[in-house]
Amino acid sequence: MTKGGRLATVLGLFLVAAGLVVWAVSAFITPGVPGGVMNFTNTQAKGQPVHLTVQTVGSIGFGAHPTWVSYLVKDPKTGKWVHDTSWQLPANTVIDMTVYQYDSGSPLRNQEFGQVQGVIGGTATLNGTPYSQYDSYTGNGVGHTFTVPSLSLSVPLVGVSANASVCGAAPCTSKYARNIIKFSFKTPGPGSYNWQCIVPCGLGYLYGNGGPMSTQNYMGGELEVVNA
Amino acid sequence: MTSENVTKAEPRHLRRLTLIWIVLSVVLDLLFWFLVGPHVPPGRMTSTAGDNQTDFNVLMVVALPVLIGVWEFMLYSLITWRAKRAGVAEPIGGPAAAGNKKTEMSWVVITSVVVVLLAVFGIVELVIGQGSGGGEGPNPIWQPAGATKADTAALAGSGTWAPNSNDVLVVQVIGQQWKWTYRYPTFGGFESQKLILPDNTNIEFNVTSLDVIHSFWAYQLEVKADANPQVNDVAFTKTLQLGKFTVRCSELCGIWHGSMYNYGKVVSPTAFLNWATATEAKNATNTANLPAFAWTYVPDANGAAGGYYPDGNLTPYSSVETYGSKQPAS
Repeated sequence: MTKGGRLATVLGLFLVAAGLVVWAVSAFITPGVPGGVMNFTNTQAKGQPVHLTVQTVGSIGFGAHPTWVSYLVKDPKTGKWVHDTSWQLPANTVIDMTVYQYDSGSPLRNQEFGQVQGVIGGTATLNGTPYSQYDSYTGNGVGHTFTVPSLSLSVPLVGVSANASVCGAAPCTSKYARNIIKFSFKTPGPGSYNWQCIVPCGLGYLYGNGGPMSTQNYMGGELEVVNA
Repeated sequence: MTSENVTKAEPRHLRRLTLIWIVLSVVLDLLFWFLVGPHVPPGRMTSTAGDNQTDFNVLMVVALPVLIGVWEFMLYSLITWRAKRAGVAEPIGGPAAAGNKKTEMSWVVITSVVVVLLAVFGIVELVIGQGSGGGEGPNPIWQPAGATKADTAALAGSGTWAPNSNDVLVVQVIGQQWKWTYRYPTFGGFESQKLILPDNTNIEFNVTSLDVIHSFWAYQLEVKADANPQVNDVAFTKTLQLGKFTVRCSELCGIWHGSMYNYGKVVSPTAFLNWATATEAKNATNTANLPAFAWTYVPDANGAAGGYYPDGNLTPYSSVETYGSKQPAS
């Protein structure tokens, strides 16, 4: 190979390597919607509240773990229920959250989480009735919580009666017993904030914290808050 | 001309090395102590943090001369006894190494004395620092005056705390997957997701867990104690500065371990009293649903289907408690 050819080869390989590095770095730093993250950033006009609707089910009924308890989210574009617990939300925006709670409840392990905390106005509504705390030793107890530890946000999700017509497989519909819990909170600045159910609802697992409590996409997920 | 005649008299290397070492050590130690030392983590927000910073600085001041000595000797050797330039005869491998018993003994004695002194210093600091902010287990050996009285009152629900008093404030730290909560038995036993502490106060942390093992680490307070189920791990500190601090779990405890952190505050005694009193009133309904204050709690074995209950032992720790064996008082 001539000297010019060798030089061209080296230069070409260098450009390819440099291109790969630039591509990798830009892919890493460019915000976007990662695969498997439900995007709520363009569902409303900028500054308007975002509507986030989820449901909790006692057993999801499909997938690798059909008997596991889980959250599902309503796709804002199609209106279909999706098994996804990572949601991309706009920063510094009010989120109006509606939870369809289809699971039964029990006393809380730690009654501290019977309190509604970190929401706008300090109260949530349970089937239209405001509440700021719930005694899980009464009624049907608490099935789950929606808790974002880093935002000091926690809402107890009151359970339905175990004797009622309890939904056995997701997605559940209004023909089954359910509680509708509504509350609003404001997202902080951009960042990744994990949320979780604080009720150890992984029945059959040690301390109730295994299985669905310890597997991504069931009883916990991420709020990917971005500048929209 | 004989070779002896052309050989220069050897300079007094040891004296030269010692002089350089003393000057460098004194200068760098002083620079470190006064310029860097005050900024060494974890700061001086509490007595244990301040002690920790001082201890680190003392260790550094002791270690710096050793480091300087080693580096100085290495550089001096490279410069002074380097190979000669081309054309100059050089014995292969250099002059034969020779032992020097005086030097060897000095090295062994000096380093041994330094290590023993540091060990004694460490033990003294641990004792007078009341455990240096580390978890001392359920029966702490070192504790501030008034701690036993505060413990008894906490269990009886008759604890008191007043600003600018010498009262020990008992705070219970409860770990659970994956969140910290805090109980204040002196104020009706309310539970909070926020850790607020009064300034200039002896704090007794009683750390436990409702499920798996966690570790309570309030970095700026220099307090770190394992949070184990059915174990009351006690740690002490005294707050000395206002400010924010971070609480982390430092024991891998499951999927959301990395998110198991929150922030706390040291506020003025009056502000603390106002906050505690207001929160006690605000949380009264919820507090009524909490189990009676106890050092440890027993979660129900069925996971979600049950709360946590006092383990019924007024002694800090029972080794025979069976997981899930207790039922709520009806």
